[in-house]
Amino acid sequence: MSGSGDGPAILAEGLVKRFGVFTAVDGVSFEVPPGRIFGLLGANGAGKSTAIRMLCGLLAPDGGRARVAGIDVARDPEGVKSRIGYMSQKFSLYGDLTPRENAEFFSSLYDAGGGGRGDPIARAFERTGLSGGAGRPEGVLTRDLSAGYRQRLALACAILHRPRVLFLDEPTAGVDPVARRRFWDLIYGFAEEGAAVLVTTHYLDEAEYCSEVTLMRDGRIVAAGKPGDLKRACFPGIVLEIECGSTGPALEALRREPWVEEAAVFGSRIHAALAPGFGSDRVSSLLAASGAGEAKIRETDPTLEDAFLKIVSSTGAASLGGAGSGPTGGGAR
Amino acid sequence: MNGRIRAIARKEFRHILRDPGSLGALLGLPLFLLLMFGYAVSLDVDEVPLEVRDLDRTPESRALAEAFFAGGRFVPADPGPGGGESALETGRAAAVLEIPPGFARALGRGEASPVRVAVDGSDGTRAQTVAGYIDGLCLRYGGDLRALEAERAGPADGGPPGAVLDIRPRVLFNQELRSVVFLVPGLVALILVITAVVSTALAVVREKENGSMEQILVSPVGALELILGKTLPYAAVGAVSAAVVLGAAALLFGVEVAGGVGALAWTTGLFLLASLALGVLISTMADTQQVAFLISTMLTLIPTFTLSGFVFPVRNMPAVIRWVTRLFPTTYYLEILKAIVIKGAPFRYYAGPAAALALYAAAAIAAASVRFSRERSRSR
Repeated sequence: MSGSGDGPAILAEGLVKRFGVFTAVDGVSFEVPPGRIFGLLGANGAGKSTAIRMLCGLLAPDGGRARVAGIDVARDPEGVKSRIGYMSQKFSLYGDLTPRENAEFFSSLYDAGGGGRGDPIARAFERTGLSGGAGRPEGVLTRDLSAGYRQRLALACAILHRPRVLFLDEPTAGVDPVARRRFWDLIYGFAEEGAAVLVTTHYLDEAEYCSEVTLMRDGRIVAAGKPGDLKRACFPGIVLEIECGSTGPALEALRREPWVEEAAVFGSRIHAALAPGFGSDRVSSLLAASGAGEAKIRETDPTLEDAFLKIVSSTGAASLGGAGSGPTGGGAR
Repeated sequence: MNGRIRAIARKEFRHILRDPGSLGALLGLPLFLLLMFGYAVSLDVDEVPLEVRDLDRTPESRALAEAFFAGGRFVPADPGPGGGESALETGRAAAVLEIPPGFARALGRGEASPVRVAVDGSDGTRAQTVAGYIDGLCLRYGGDLRALEAERAGPADGGPPGAVLDIRPRVLFNQELRSVVFLVPGLVALILVITAVVSTALAVVREKENGSMEQILVSPVGALELILGKTLPYAAVGAVSAAVVLGAAALLFGVEVAGGVGALAWTTGLFLLASLALGVLISTMADTQQVAFLISTMLTLIPTFTLSGFVFPVRNMPAVIRWVTRLFPTTYYLEILKAIVIKGAPFRYYAGPAAALALYAAAAIAAASVRFSRERSRSR
């Protein structure tokens, strides 16, 4: 439809942002085509929000280039602003206004009334499941509504002007699992209609919903790809889930073996990633010898969490070695 | 364009109307201050309880005592058991006048006759005023006496009847020297400072605190639209509140605006511009409402309160402080207000402070827009 249809909806090329001596974003590049959900992952302070702010035109980059919806952000930040929707984890609503008043306010900021295609607020409310007659009186102030409701209202306010690019900065923080699941269904809907969605989260189970994920650490991208590809690249062998009497000795025994690439505790169980060519029989004989008691072993799919733990621990070791100071921490996980 | 400003302003009005506390503070507090200063906290001193200890007991000494009670400024203190000091200590009297024995005799000989006066100094302002009254009364009594003598002596010696200075000051513009009259301009300035500077700074910082500022900044709203939309509602509330106070002052205390209402309106507009810009400027320096409140109070509210005559007159301040007062727009606005509201003076009498205020407003707007747009592109 628009001219932005040909290229990527979001393009970051070597973005850099420094705050004083601290480099928050250090040469970050990625692109998001229309219709995709792009997950930007990482711990607090990894640089996710700073990257989003540069893409939204809230923050001028110190280096690199950003194009959003076909527009150079540095050259025309206002042009970008009218084409993007943005929602932050704070839900940025006014608690002392009703939902409708909140939507009216944001709608008039975008001049979203004059499109002629009906009431944009009614459409956005319907789109986000807010117009259902759940016996909700009109006069209720936003601060008295549930977190899940406010989350969907914030999303409704972000899509009033029908943006083709959506930035969602930790949109599911502080919301219960049911509301989270429902929210992701909405995001899928937008992507299916051709919108590009960039979402940050630190719920790694949510990252599985993304068409593509990128993991940031200390301002840099340390891993990127489709969730399935990432997991396969990290775990070329099989991953086992082990349940046994005494977890501690079992874990120690596993970590001693060179063919066990990764062993970590998940709840009461152990996840162990084996080198290619090794099977569960090796593990059961090892555990029997170590006296860890009866062990139940079964093959499992690695989660993104498994993959990221592995990536983060290896990059962590690399950066420690690079710094060349202090004793090496001895295979943390 | 206009739609955005209107939308922001409408939202701001809703915030104000839905917070009874802030609305009460914006409209009720000024009225409360007016009533308090008008009725209760009069700085005038009337019916001062005075104990007269007449140790001379002559017609002359009685005449002196009567001169004190004649004007209504002083009333006889309740008689108590103790002496003069204890009358002050117990608070029965605010002043004690002791006429020594031999007062009339000394007067008859044309000598100076000392009169002992003790004033309760625990309330400094009041003590000063009372001492002033007493001074004046004694002077006048002495003057009258000498004039009387000169008359009695007759034109025999031919010379002028005893050079007597009779000073009777006449006060212009506020004949009765009522506190409420000179407090009204200060009150108007105080209201405008609270609404324009403090409320504006808080309103902008509140948006920063709850993250909605970011949500507004990712929309295509311009900096000017945002500033106007945020500040105009507070300007309106301030103007209404100031009008209410002026109206109440006229109705309740008969303090009418002596000069033109048009002049009052445009100078007030100038002051509002400067104050709103100052409010926005402060909002760029603070990330939390507490900090914004602290800065705006220190920079504007406290200076206004001290400068507006609520506490003490500016001319009594040391030169350094008087110079510092030039840094606050309130100082100029108060000069203008006193000229228009109390004196009804024509423009040329307040052209100086008006020009200073215009300059101040221009500088504040420039600084605020520079800082605001810089902060906008640098938000963390």
